[in-house]
Amino acid sequence: MLESLSSLLNIPVYALNAGLSAIILGIVSGALGSFIVLRKMSLMGDALSHAVLPGVALSYILGINILLGASLFGLLAAILIQFITSRSNIKSDTSIGIILSSFFALGIVLITFARSGLDLTHILFGNILAVPQSELLQSFIIMLAVLAIITLLYKELLISSFDPVVAKAYGLKTGFYHYLLMMLLSVVTVSSLSQVGIVLVIAMLVIPAATSYLWSNSLLHMIVLASAVGAASGIIGVYVSFRYNLPTSATIVLVGVTLFSISFIISPKNNFLRKGLKQA
Amino acid sequence: MIQIKGLNVDYFGHSALEGVTLDIPFGHSVGIIGPNGAGKSTFIKALLDVIKKRSGTVKAEGKDIALYRRNIAYVPQKNDIDLTFPITVKDTVLTGTYPNLKLFRRPGKKEREIAERSMAMVEIGDLADKQISNLSGGQLQRVFIARALAQEASVFFLDEPFVGIDMVSERIIVNLFKQLREEGKTILVVHHDLHEVEEYFDKIILLNKQLIAFGDVQDTFTTENIRRAYGTSLGNVMIQGAGGAAHA
Repeated sequence: MLESLSSLLNIPVYALNAGLSAIILGIVSGALGSFIVLRKMSLMGDALSHAVLPGVALSYILGINILLGASLFGLLAAILIQFITSRSNIKSDTSIGIILSSFFALGIVLITFARSGLDLTHILFGNILAVPQSELLQSFIIMLAVLAIITLLYKELLISSFDPVVAKAYGLKTGFYHYLLMMLLSVVTVSSLSQVGIVLVIAMLVIPAATSYLWSNSLLHMIVLASAVGAASGIIGVYVSFRYNLPTSATIVLVGVTLFSISFIISPKNNFLRKGLKQA
Repeated sequence: MIQIKGLNVDYFGHSALEGVTLDIPFGHSVGIIGPNGAGKSTFIKALLDVIKKRSGTVKAEGKDIALYRRNIAYVPQKNDIDLTFPITVKDTVLTGTYPNLKLFRRPGKKEREIAERSMAMVEIGDLADKQISNLSGGQLQRVFIARALAQEASVFFLDEPFVGIDMVSERIIVNLFKQLREEGKTILVVHHDLHEVEEYFDKIILLNKQLIAFGDVQDTFTTENIRRAYGTSLGNVMIQGAGGAAHA
């Protein structure tokens, strides 16, 4: 199917693959990222995307499904961060720092142990031009699953993000929704590894959502716009990187940051032009 | 009736409430009065099972409070809520209908009508499409009270609803409390100063980590009890500040 589409549009198959996976990644990370941003968990998202590394290596060594192994490690990291914060006076940003770096270090050691089979550079920075079609399909299915979960649990996710105390008073298990999001975050991280790599996943989660936040008056609006910004960054980034022969994932991130910067200055909600002048 | 037995609660390793035992009858407006740090907010949060109890039981009508939740609407302190969240007044009020909706169900026409009626009761219909970040303290308080009304509960827990609000909002809220009382609802209000205590409440709970006194406002709101709750010197200052409102 992709071949016929590629000949129809007169674009090479690998470029079409890259474009499609950038759009899929943009949509799913924009939607999920909206919750990460609103729940003030950007740092947590960064930690989790790094914490999946030992899971990736171990799955490869043991020959188990990489999504399963990596999600388990992501969830384990989230639980440990919570554990350290609740069982000591150490603040959450510090416990996030500890877990992020230790899981990441463990991952690097395990990858060395696995030797030739895994390319660390590839995992860290991704290679969107070499995304096989099987992974494209997998990303697409994950996107549908994440969007379905967000749609079905929209009201629970909204109230537990907006007002967790009242959500608890309603009898909602807020811990469940926290770990559900952590789980989705791990899965999305793994599925986007080959596209943008561990280091830049957080950019795709945070930047489109933050950009959209500056224009949004409702959660639904924020999610939809964040997905659109993510997809636009993806497709523009792929195009620009092909055109000027730049590293693709970094270019996607820079396009996203450009959209954020424009929004920061002109969005009516941030109102930088008026406020900025007043403060100066 | 809410039955509280031997309630002990820790807050960040310190004991916040010790051995509180009392029965709060339904159909009254009850003020929870005590100095800062007396555990007033902790008390209602523990009743709602929002924070962990060290020991003790809380029952409503003989059932575990968890089974009674839908009938209790909670208005937390304004600064407990993320006011930068992208949400309009009308959508905030609509979240009050959530406890009455099953998993996966979204609010529909019926819920939106309930939300509209609730907004009208505290006169915020004209603010419906505003972002909550753009409201004054008094308007915000009315939004969160409207959300509680949208839950169509019979018991209301409110944490410091009169702090940082304008006189118009205060009048609207006081009138609403009277109306709710006439409808036979129960109102439990954390209130940190001694002003207007007799006007707002017909029963009071005096609290300072332990239960100091509980009963009808005429018998319980006495200089003696206030001194016991606030300590002798601070108690005297509070009584003078309140214009000697308390009974001698």
